[in-house]
Amino acid sequence: MRYLPKSPADRKAMLKAIGALSIDDLFAPIPGEYRLNRDLKIPRQMAESEIVDWFRERSRENGDGHVTFLGAGAYYHYRPVIIDSLISRGEFLTAYTPYQAEISQGTLQSIFEFQTMISELTGMEVANASMYDGSTAAAEAVMMAARLTGRRSVTVARSVHPEYREVLATYAFHQGMPLTTVAFAESGRVEPKQLENAITSDTACVLIQSPNFFGTIEDVEALGAIAHAKGAMLVVAIPEAVSLGIVEPPRSADVIAMEAQSFGVPLGFGGPYCGVIATREQFVRQMPGRLVGQTTDRNGKRGFVLTLATREQHIRREKATSNICTNQALIALMANIFMTVYGKVGLKELARQNLAKTAYAAQQFGRHATVLFSGGPRFNEFVIQTSEDPYAINSRLLGHKIVGGLPLKKFYPELGNASLWCCTELTSRSMIDTAVGHVADSERSVRSAREEPEEVAR
Amino acid sequence: MPYPADFRYTKEHEWIKADGATATIGITSYAQESLGDIVFVDLPKVGSDITVGKTFGSVESVKAVSDLYAPASGTVTEVNAELATAPEKINKDAHNSWMLKIKLSNPDDLKSLLSPADYEKFVSEEGGH
Amino acid sequence: MKHMTRKATRHVNQNEGLIFEKSSPGKAAWKLAPLDVPDVDTKKLLGSSERRDLGNMPEVSEIEIIRHFTRLSTWNYAIDLGMYPLGSCTMKYNPRVNEAVSRLDGIANAHPYQPEKISQGALRIIKILGDCLLEITGMDAITLQPAAGAHGELTGLLLVRAYHDSKGKPRKKVLIPDSAHGTNPATAAMVGYAVENLKSNAQGMVDISALESQMNDEVAALMLTNPNTLGVFEQEIHKIADILHAKGGLLYMDGANMNALVGKVRPGDFGVDVMHLNLHKTFSTPHGGGGPGSGPVAVKKVLEPFLPKPVLLSKPEGTLGFDYDRPQSIGRVRSFYGNFGMFVRALAYILANGPDGLRQTTEDAVLNANYIRKGLEGVYDLPYSSASMHEVVFSDKLQAKKGARTMDIAKRLIDYGFHPYTTAFPLIVPGAMMIEPTESESKEELDLFLEAMNAIAQEVEEDAEIVKTAPHSTRVSRLDETAAARKPVLRWKP
Repeated sequence: MRYLPKSPADRKAMLKAIGALSIDDLFAPIPGEYRLNRDLKIPRQMAESEIVDWFRERSRENGDGHVTFLGAGAYYHYRPVIIDSLISRGEFLTAYTPYQAEISQGTLQSIFEFQTMISELTGMEVANASMYDGSTAAAEAVMMAARLTGRRSVTVARSVHPEYREVLATYAFHQGMPLTTVAFAESGRVEPKQLENAITSDTACVLIQSPNFFGTIEDVEALGAIAHAKGAMLVVAIPEAVSLGIVEPPRSADVIAMEAQSFGVPLGFGGPYCGVIATREQFVRQMPGRLVGQTTDRNGKRGFVLTLATREQHIRREKATSNICTNQALIALMANIFMTVYGKVGLKELARQNLAKTAYAAQQFGRHATVLFSGGPRFNEFVIQTSEDPYAINSRLLGHKIVGGLPLKKFYPELGNASLWCCTELTSRSMIDTAVGHVADSERSVRSAREEPEEVAR
Repeated sequence: MPYPADFRYTKEHEWIKADGATATIGITSYAQESLGDIVFVDLPKVGSDITVGKTFGSVESVKAVSDLYAPASGTVTEVNAELATAPEKINKDAHNSWMLKIKLSNPDDLKSLLSPADYEKFVSEEGGH
Repeated sequence: MKHMTRKATRHVNQNEGLIFEKSSPGKAAWKLAPLDVPDVDTKKLLGSSERRDLGNMPEVSEIEIIRHFTRLSTWNYAIDLGMYPLGSCTMKYNPRVNEAVSRLDGIANAHPYQPEKISQGALRIIKILGDCLLEITGMDAITLQPAAGAHGELTGLLLVRAYHDSKGKPRKKVLIPDSAHGTNPATAAMVGYAVENLKSNAQGMVDISALESQMNDEVAALMLTNPNTLGVFEQEIHKIADILHAKGGLLYMDGANMNALVGKVRPGDFGVDVMHLNLHKTFSTPHGGGGPGSGPVAVKKVLEPFLPKPVLLSKPEGTLGFDYDRPQSIGRVRSFYGNFGMFVRALAYILANGPDGLRQTTEDAVLNANYIRKGLEGVYDLPYSSASMHEVVFSDKLQAKKGARTMDIAKRLIDYGFHPYTTAFPLIVPGAMMIEPTESESKEELDLFLEAMNAIAQEVEEDAEIVKTAPHSTRVSRLDETAAARKPVLRWKP
């Protein structure tokens, strides 16, 4: 087998050196009744060309060449080519966790830069070296708030991504943490009065998302003031990292749980992505996940190490801040390079283009369908309500290799025929116009279908 | 290694010095040596209660964490703020680096603790590591 | 260096600073296409939500970025450069075809919410990988949702909990051997279970009589790693499973050491009820400097109803979909479906191997570990005489007499061109030296490793200082971890 660097002569010599007659001797510890005496029933060994062909077929079955209006926690942005050139270097791709600092300075320094840039963008003092994804980062941030306040209850806004809320529910259930959900108002945002009624003296934190699931920016300061007044912490989830280029970060948050997928990470059917927790320095010892710190070596030379490891599972074991072992190092490196490529000016311009495309799209759709939640500022997503079931409209769009907005009925049944649309810098005007055209046609047909019976009656 | 005569000791290597109704608590020189460079001390808040034999905080080195066990029960009246910024003081002089002061709820707790001579014997038996 | 061998690496000594130290206003590495829609007045659209300032974000050009990260990469050790003898990490070759296929357009750019009609490729990958992993493990059902091994452990224990709750008899604790990886007790605590330690016997295996006396109807499960972290196969696994099952407990297996078992034996056959796999260990997906991983969880039928949702569904017309109608499910453990990019890589690895390749891989892994064991026996202390599978654990007992400890020997190994083995773990072996070569090492490489380890042992005898102050050949010498922990500096400031 071509990944195995041994010749039959090597194996023979090694067995002889060990003093074993055959390789079976080395498997003798496995009780005979369990030893497999047959081949595994899996596909036969394939040549590399066959493997590539096989996956090419899957890629074709997976709608390659389609354009998308989907967002909802996973965003289609342009990925600068140098990201893959650099992360494909074997020294990054095939390196281990940087526990041996002297021979891992490449990984460690790049994580330190990542932590710095995330802190800058989120307006927080420290950031970790990444969590699995935005949803688990949010759940862990909530657990962190519970530890810090010593309280058990959590209030979560319904305008937070439904799957983030599901993950939180799974984590919270087993920690005996009751969850209260606070509704969003007609504006699409959580109204301060509603939040006030939902917090008690046992509320550890309030979890909101901004821009929220509907693309609307929450009134973070007002909500934070209410939470803090009652001794609760404010945790803010940010699934669309690009928003930080032009939207003021939630500076009144105590903990931010971010998803960095928008920063140069492929959509990849849902993963791997890159969650991050950012917070204030005073809370750092309760923050889960790896942390890289700056230090010096014996000769006074600057270097970097994993630090505050005593929070982690390999030392604290059952008293650890979390059981997390891995971080998403390679994905964080992609995000690191992305942030470095765009930088101070580029990130703002990128966000601005997202804003412009979305504003245009919302305006155009608005001529034919109802655009919900127009009471507050939005970033790159919006919700429309159509007369026809959005699944039907999307079905027609698919014929043009366009994936329409996400129908929201399964998450928010009360919103009826609502769908969530996202426009990024990659969404062309012609694509928007085509989609708008289909929605316009759909509205026209429904209207005329309604008018027909009257005509017949006449 | 001389262990102060007016202290009492636990098998988990804490020391306690009683002064009427109050007491001062720290860890022994043996403890700091086993731990190595101390980087962080986690202590309870003033006003909270600690219970004899139960953990009340922890001491961290780079690679390990050790729980701190209460030598006696009481209410925390003072916490050594210096340790928050300079935990290395414990390494330099463990017996003079107090961690917290408590108001004893049961002064008899100290009766079951080790005397300096007993503690020294206990430590040498634990096998000079 | 007195005992310089044929192999040593030196690190390119580029004094590359932080990217922020190269930053200068006006430099740019980006360019966006012109806007084809009307421009917007940000102030008007965002009002008080408009961001005032992007602070200290860098401004650099493309070549500076390429040089920066290229230089940084040369400071790293990596599998592509040489062996990592790290125990229980399974640092095997990361095949490049895996990377190529994961970048195919329909796979790389698939949105998780795109319609099922154009997701059949992704769904088929999930199905076939799931089927292969079930065949490999001998289990009945599987979820690919967990993002890493520890996440898989969490999921597995949540399933255990859901099972016991459904029986109306929630249990309070989990038994964990004292040789276990730290994630095991940390996970048990996260799920709300109390942790009870289970002692190992003199052979380094589970103490059966201890298990018998500790097993009762408050124990939800035993979390076992098999082979264990000593590299030893639990020979009494049948008894272990029986003791647990007799009192209604479940056997959880940490699959970190599957590299000793694939194609030779199946955990489902020896009584395991639930287990997690590490695609980034056994199934060759790259470590990438610390992640991403992927931790699928395979279960016996009895736990199937509780799997995270959604589960994969085969429809009568032959297409695939996701089933969300799972009333007993523990819910979600993360958004979307899991680290799909890792599924692609793991499946490519399985297809490249086939049944014969996987079996040969496991055999070579065990052969390599035993070859190392033979080559170091007598030179380093072997605390347990039980047979080793794919990894072997020595201790620094002999060298400690001269003041050289496992960490020192490990650091000295760097000067000989190798990454250190796992130090100070498992906890039951003081001064542990845990070595797992994997099947990816040739006899030549193993001989170089043995030569290095023998040379270091000799150095300890003749001049221990050189070992105690190692490494000597790296770009940075030993770093001050104490200062880093006392006064953490976690970001750059201008």
